[in-house]
Amino acid sequence: MSQYILPIMIISILLYGLLKRKNIYNAFVVGSKSSFDLVLTSLPYIVAIFVAVEVFNVSGLSMVFADFVSPVFEFFGVPKELSQLVILKNFTGCGSLALLEDIFATYGVDSYLARAGCCIAGCSEAIFYITAVYFSKTKVTKFRYAIPVGVLANFVGAMVSCLICKII
Amino acid sequence: MSFVWSGVMIFGLGLLLLGNVDIAVSSMLEGGSKAITLALKLWGIYAVWLGLLKIVEETELDKKLCKLFKPVIRLLVGKTDSYTENQIAINITSNMLGMGNASTPSGINAIAGLDKGSRYATAGMIMILILNATGLDLIPTTVIGLRVMAGSNAPTDIIIPTFIATFVNTLVGIVLVKLFSKIFKDKQ
Repeated sequence: MSQYILPIMIISILLYGLLKRKNIYNAFVVGSKSSFDLVLTSLPYIVAIFVAVEVFNVSGLSMVFADFVSPVFEFFGVPKELSQLVILKNFTGCGSLALLEDIFATYGVDSYLARAGCCIAGCSEAIFYITAVYFSKTKVTKFRYAIPVGVLANFVGAMVSCLICKII
Repeated sequence: MSFVWSGVMIFGLGLLLLGNVDIAVSSMLEGGSKAITLALKLWGIYAVWLGLLKIVEETELDKKLCKLFKPVIRLLVGKTDSYTENQIAINITSNMLGMGNASTPSGINAIAGLDKGSRYATAGMIMILILNATGLDLIPTTVIGLRVMAGSNAPTDIIIPTFIATFVNTLVGIVLVKLFSKIFKDKQ
C-alpha cells in the first residue's frame, strides 16, 4: 500500500502545476540546481562524521564503549547484544544498518534480538549526523541541549522497542 | 559536538596505536571516501526532490500544506516568517512519508530561516532538529526491505512496535525541548 503514496503524490503535484499553468519543467530545473549548493555546504560535515565513525568502529572503541555502558543499558531492559547498535545509531544511519544485518546473520532475522534491533534502527535517526548537517547553513556553533535531548529521546525509543518486542 | 568528536578520534586512534596501528590512518581515509560516496548519492536524491519541491513552491501548494500544519508549527516552533513555516511544513510531511534523506533540504532551509546570525541554537531550531532526529516516519521502509532480503517470515511484524517506539521518543523529545527551553532561555 505505502509504495503507492509517493508516486500518486508526485503525479498530483505535476497535474496541479499544469492546471495552474506553471512551467513545471523550468521549476524542476531551477530547484534541482540548488542541490549543488546543498551538497557542497553539507559535505565537510558529512566527512567529519564519517571519519569519526570509521575510527570508532575499526579501533574497537565502539565495542569497548558498548561493554562499558551495557550494564546500564541492561538495567533499562536493553540487552547487551544490542548496546552497540543503540550507540552507533546516534552517529550514523547506514552504519547501524550494516550492524543490523550482522545481528540478522548471528541471531536469525525473526529472533527477538533482530526484531528489537529493527525497531531501534527504525524508530530514530542519527542525532550527531543530523545536528552537523542541519546547522551547516548557519553560523551556529553552540548546539546547547540539542544533543543530550536527542540521545536521551532515542534511548527511550530503544527501551520501548525492546519492551514492546518482548510483549508482541 | 566538538567534545564528542575529539573524544572519539583521540580514544579511537589511541586504541589503534596500542593494537593495529597499520590501519589507523587508512581507517580515517576510508571514512572520508565513504562520506564522498554518500554525498554523491545524496546529491542525486536532493537534485530530484529539490526539483519537485520547487514545483510545489511555484504552485503554492506548500502554503496550503502550511495552513494545515500551522497550529502544530506555532505550538512547537513559535511564530516565524511564512517561508520558514512552509519549509517546516514540508519537512514534517516528508518525514512522515518516510522520504528519508529527502527531508534534509527542507530541514536545513527551516533552520536557516530561523537563524538570526547568532552562535547559539534557539529553542525553535532545536525543536526542528529533534523532530528529525526522533524520526517521525510512519513506515520504516528501509528496515522492512532489509528484513525481506534477509528472508524473514514476517518482515512487516515490526511496523507496529516501531511506530509505538517512534511515537514515544518523539513525544519525549518534544517535552524535553519544551522543558529545557523554559530552564535555559535563548541567548543572543
